Amino acid sequence: MNQILHFWPFIKLGLTDVWRHKARSFLTMLGVVFGVGSVIAMLAVGEGASQQALDSIKRLGSENIMVTSVKPSSEDGASTGAQRGRLAVYGLLYDDEVRIRETVPGVVVTVPARMTRRNARVNERQLEMRVVETVPEWFDVVQRPVLAGRVLTANDMRMRSNVCVLTEYGVRRLLAAEGILGQHIRIASGVFEVAGIVKNETGGAVRAPDSEADAYIPLTTGTRLFGEANIRYSAGGMEGEKVELSEIIVKMADTKKVEAGSKAIEAVLTRFHKKKDFRIDVPLTLLREAERTKRTYNIVLGAIAGISLLVGGIGIMNIMLASVTERTKEIGIRRAIGARRSRIVIQFLINTCVLSIGGGIVGLLLGVAIPFLITVFTDMPTVVQPYSLILAFGISVGIGIIFGLYPAMRAAELDPIEALRHE
Amino acid sequence: MIVQMTENRHPLDDEVVRFDAVMRHYTVGNEIVRALDGISFSIRRGAYCAIMGPSGSGKSTMLNILGCLDRPSSGAYWLNGKNVAEMDDNALSDHRLRNLGFVFQSFHLIPQLTVSENIEVPMFYLGLPHAERRRKAEMLADRVGISHRLRHLPSELSGGQRQRVAVARALANDPAVLLADEPTGNLDSATSIQIMGLFQELYEQGKTVVLVTHEPDIAAYAKANIVLKDGRVLSITGKEGVM
Ligand SMILES: Nc1ncnc2c1ncn2[C@@H]1O[C@H](COP(=O)(O)OP(=O)(O)O)[C@@H](O)[C@H]1O
Ligand SMILES: [Mg+2]
Repeated sequence: MNQILHFWPFIKLGLTDVWRHKARSFLTMLGVVFGVGSVIAMLAVGEGASQQALDSIKRLGSENIMVTSVKPSSEDGASTGAQRGRLAVYGLLYDDEVRIRETVPGVVVTVPARMTRRNARVNERQLEMRVVETVPEWFDVVQRPVLAGRVLTANDMRMRSNVCVLTEYGVRRLLAAEGILGQHIRIASGVFEVAGIVKNETGGAVRAPDSEADAYIPLTTGTRLFGEANIRYSAGGMEGEKVELSEIIVKMADTKKVEAGSKAIEAVLTRFHKKKDFRIDVPLTLLREAERTKRTYNIVLGAIAGISLLVGGIGIMNIMLASVTERTKEIGIRRAIGARRSRIVIQFLINTCVLSIGGGIVGLLLGVAIPFLITVFTDMPTVVQPYSLILAFGISVGIGIIFGLYPAMRAAELDPIEALRHE
Repeated sequence: MIVQMTENRHPLDDEVVRFDAVMRHYTVGNEIVRALDGISFSIRRGAYCAIMGPSGSGKSTMLNILGCLDRPSSGAYWLNGKNVAEMDDNALSDHRLRNLGFVFQSFHLIPQLTVSENIEVPMFYLGLPHAERRRKAEMLADRVGISHRLRHLPSELSGGQRQRVAVARALANDPAVLLADEPTGNLDSATSIQIMGLFQELYEQGKTVVLVTHEPDIAAYAKANIVLKDGRVLSITGKEGVM
């Protein structure tokens, strides 16, 4: 306490010094403010993006292997002779699912799905939805909270019922606030009863299987109503493609079997597909990659952050050196009156502390506000981590003091008589 | 009793300062300027001494050494019986703070501080509480006749007014020794008389007063005169407390 009382007049002196040189103090602080603010904001944006990427990969399931139909490039397509007119025929087959299930060791379940974009309408309301024709196991593999009703059942499959499960997002767009369950919606040529609603997951670096306005219907119903061909009519005529399955999700017994499983799947499919019209994604590898990317990202961000803080520190040093030079005479006067060197050092050091702590605090606020605004206005997720606040603030204050120390020492080292002669 | 000292002897108890063959040389280019060229004298406690001499004779240089702002190039400066050469920077700083009041030839006020704040600076370093500093600054300002300008900045004052502030600040630490470099150089004769009256008062209170001037009528206030010429002591007159 005594120590604090002893230093209080010096702190006050430092504060009034800062106040007396308002414009300069403000500019010095700006460097720190933006240094700290940008560090925190950058880390928050980076963390938000990578967490989102990791989350969406994790949501794909680390035991899962995703096999997706890919339209082959036209040269490849022509050589297969599988194109008739403008109907492109490619992709995974019903048989592929069976082959994978039967031959690849360690497979727990396979979920086939066919995804098309079709118009859905309720009364006058109309919306292009992604229609996912799939099997009930989809909901075991791609787990989502059920908000109302139920998901698809084996019975739906058997009966080829005209029922659908919508994502929350689709519901909001299509049905608004009206009573939802049991309503009938028209999807292309079929009329479906809404059996349930599941939660959506939005956005993400890796698109989750249900990231949009989706309608899930039994695969059997889809085949009955729409067939495998999806034909669009446009001004240029008819254009379409015939894909039996857009996607097969293969769930393995555990993560250790994933790598071998994906190789086996690749082998099986390659045997039956002359052209490469499928792609195999392993979320586990994606996850590892994403984690690696995140580490790299953090290093790069850290370097940028360090540089911007360093720039702030150099700004402080620059201003303090200018200030010392400008105030050489004042230093001489104070020394002549009897101020010890240490008191001059303290005076200037408190000055830089006030600047760097003040700038640091404003920077903290800025660093929290920017990610908040980014999230509000762009829906981009951001995560402000407490450690980044402490880190940025600590480093900026530390740098401020270190860079302020040199000018302060230089100020005090001056011979009083030399300092007094300074004009 | 005034003797120009030629031999080294142990300083007397009441000798505030003693110069033993003090030299101060400046090197300008490859020329050596002998601002002080072997000066010896001593001043006793309670003396009132004027240092005279033409411009460039080394008066300010001598006063700066007396005020512990500068050190001799050679020779010894005894301060209260201690050799200044053996004192470190902190000891000299503390001596300036506690025992010396210095009125500079060009005032040396801090331009960003008000009159009151300038007067408070020594008290600040002495650790006096704010209220007491205020009170004392007002008292001192009143004593030098500047109390109507306490909230003004030095740049808003005339030369004579700044001189008064400089005197008030020099007295703020109740110094035992007051050193003044041409304290009346910027004052009209009426104000000069007022300031000299103040110095007289301090002298009567038992303080040691050393002032530099080139005006004989100002020097006449002092009880002893040291006349310098070309960095040497030309004569010492008056003899009261000065040897
Ligand atoms: N810092 C300095 N560098 C070089 N020469 C100096 C310096 N200060 C004073 N001098 C010289 O020393 C001599 C004495 O100067 P000074 O003590 O200021 O004289 P006074 O105060 O009697 O007019 C002068 O010739 C001056 O030019
Ligand atoms: Mg002079």
